[in-house]
Amino acid sequence: MCGIAGLLNADGNAAEPDVLLRMISMLRHRGPDAAGVHVDRNVGLAHARLSIIDLSGGAQPMHNEDQSLWITFNGEIFNYLELRADLQKNGHTFATRSDTEVILHLYEEKGPDCVHHMNGQWAFAIWDCKRQTLFLSRDRLGVRPLFYTLANGAFVFGSEIKAIFACPGVARELDLTGLDEVFTYWCTVPPRTAFKGISELPPGHSMVVKGGAVTTLPYWEPDYQTEPHLVDAVKERDYAEELLGLLIDAVRIRLRSDVPVGAYLSGGLDSTLTTALIKKFTDAPLRTFSVTFADAEFDESLYQREAVEFLHTNHQEIRCSAGQIAEVFPSVIWHAEKPVLRTAPAPLFLLSRLVRESGYKVVITGEGSDEILGGYDIFKEAKIRRFWRARSDSKLRPLLLKRLYPYLHNIQNQSDAYRKAFFHINTTQEAEPFFSHIPRWQLTAKLRTFFSADMLAQTSSDAGYGAVRRCLPAAYSTWDAFCQAQYLEIKHLLPGYILSSQGDRMAMAHSVEGRFPFLDYRVVEFASRLPVHLKMKVLNEKYLLKQCAEGLVPPSIQHRHKQPYRAPEGLSFMHPSARDYLEDVLSPAQLAQDGIFDPAAVAKLVAKFRSGAAIGIKDNMGLVGIISTQLLLNQFVNGFEARNTSHETRVTQVCH
Amino acid sequence: MRQELRKFVIDNFLYGKNGDSFADDESFLEKGIIDSTGVLELVAFLQSRYGMTIQDQDLVPENLDSIDNLVRFAEMRIFEKQVQ
Repeated sequence: MCGIAGLLNADGNAAEPDVLLRMISMLRHRGPDAAGVHVDRNVGLAHARLSIIDLSGGAQPMHNEDQSLWITFNGEIFNYLELRADLQKNGHTFATRSDTEVILHLYEEKGPDCVHHMNGQWAFAIWDCKRQTLFLSRDRLGVRPLFYTLANGAFVFGSEIKAIFACPGVARELDLTGLDEVFTYWCTVPPRTAFKGISELPPGHSMVVKGGAVTTLPYWEPDYQTEPHLVDAVKERDYAEELLGLLIDAVRIRLRSDVPVGAYLSGGLDSTLTTALIKKFTDAPLRTFSVTFADAEFDESLYQREAVEFLHTNHQEIRCSAGQIAEVFPSVIWHAEKPVLRTAPAPLFLLSRLVRESGYKVVITGEGSDEILGGYDIFKEAKIRRFWRARSDSKLRPLLLKRLYPYLHNIQNQSDAYRKAFFHINTTQEAEPFFSHIPRWQLTAKLRTFFSADMLAQTSSDAGYGAVRRCLPAAYSTWDAFCQAQYLEIKHLLPGYILSSQGDRMAMAHSVEGRFPFLDYRVVEFASRLPVHLKMKVLNEKYLLKQCAEGLVPPSIQHRHKQPYRAPEGLSFMHPSARDYLEDVLSPAQLAQDGIFDPAAVAKLVAKFRSGAAIGIKDNMGLVGIISTQLLLNQFVNGFEARNTSHETRVTQVCH
Repeated sequence: MRQELRKFVIDNFLYGKNGDSFADDESFLEKGIIDSTGVLELVAFLQSRYGMTIQDQDLVPENLDSIDNLVRFAEMRIFEKQVQ
């Protein structure tokens, strides 16, 4: 796992090694083991390396036999051994044992189509000297990040935006529309980011830069041509066996590494199952890591311990307190590079630190399972809301609503009349393509209350959800409603928040690489063909996965109700650890100067927290969203510290 | 009491903004003023400010879903208490 950066001066000006050095030193946390810069006239590639495969031979930027192709690559190609064998048969010779070199030779052979053959998580750029083109690509689901901008006649890219900001002449300004998107969808809608002029290469896309022309090439998209609904017991068993077989192989190839691989263990079904599958393939004692909370509302340590005892792993946990969340939050935002509405990234930041201190660089996690196999409550909620509308006579209806969010006390303590209202049972939006997500998006968009008059004037509320609507695929309207909801999660929240703000950025803050068997594209494609009732049977979430897990995980974990990962929210910031920066970023003068939020409304919100009366979702998302936005401004716009913590860097230059 | 309840709703749910955006007879739910925890916040306020005893069966929109409803509900409870 690594960090990449680079630039192409379309005006022909020479690329300066110093600029590339400055850019790559912003990404040292992603790759502390080595760094390299390669310059070819107007093009420069840079790389910060975390050595995982071919520890001695994998230095980057790397070239092919005749040095006509140069690559800077972040990620892993898990099927590289198979690809390498095929390429060797076709006459390619390899100088290293790395997966990086496999991409180069595959590109020689297939050009931009090379990505269709790759199973992995990647962001890379290849400079093709002969064709004078820069080819960039990002993996199917957006595990690895890639940002770019066009500034002063240059195309500039990097794994993180901070590397791009280290390039002279790149403006640092918030994108108000992007910010507004976060305050509806919880994430920006690519290619937009939270910064003006900075774009994100969307997951499943490649890109070609030639001269001053930039062409985006979509190459993969989730598709839900589901198989027929009627499934007998035998067929159901076949599906379960096929899923398990795919998961086993997805785990097997994710254990390919020249350094030891650990695992995150949350206490839920997904990570317990991935950990169980690792145990099947490694004889070495397996290290597992987890977060626990003092607050029982969030804590899952009982289940974690049960999993540890069942699977006999060597386990370490970090107990996360509100004070710690407050303390690390500015660093969390430095790494996330976008506002967040939840504090949930903070414990994962602390967890990756524990992993790193334990000497581990790679962890396997259960991420992605809820999206692809139907685990989230938002899917269940949509199903109940539909049933409610269709079956007005059913006495079951109030009971069904009670089955939702059993872990949210505020919802459980409501009368039926209110519960019905909160789940938008009265809406007539059933035909709406966003039926499943409208309650979440509407609730979140209420946070616009905190925007200043100026901000409100400059961002018109995206009430028609145009940003998301514009990128719906043509077949969307033909899919089952359950799959439509899955698509929205996989396309937006998964890459835009789960895999980034909560995933890559938190793990890489401490040079830890996450690997996600559930996001192996073979598993994803298999899951999207499944008859939907095998994902959620009536209201039993991840039904088929639970069948797969039989005997592999403790029964209590196999059958427990899905509990989403959450952490102590707004109240964390009332802890003294936050005092230093909070007074600074939330001062009325600072808020007025930045102009995003209404200082009086923010003061009322803070007062509500101080009095202990802030218990609502809106209060909590509001405070976390405001603080994170202000910290973002503070660290990237109002001030930006180009951190020159240079590695010992290998610089290569082509002489013409 | 009407003014006090109105001020509480504006400060607590709208953070002091858009105080004139809803009439006394308009539904908090329909105007999107209240979320699931908002009901509990309202109840906590009625209990602490007016000493009202509120049961689970009282948690219905007819009692809590507009300024008018709140005033009617609170006055009725205070009256009942005095009669007892």
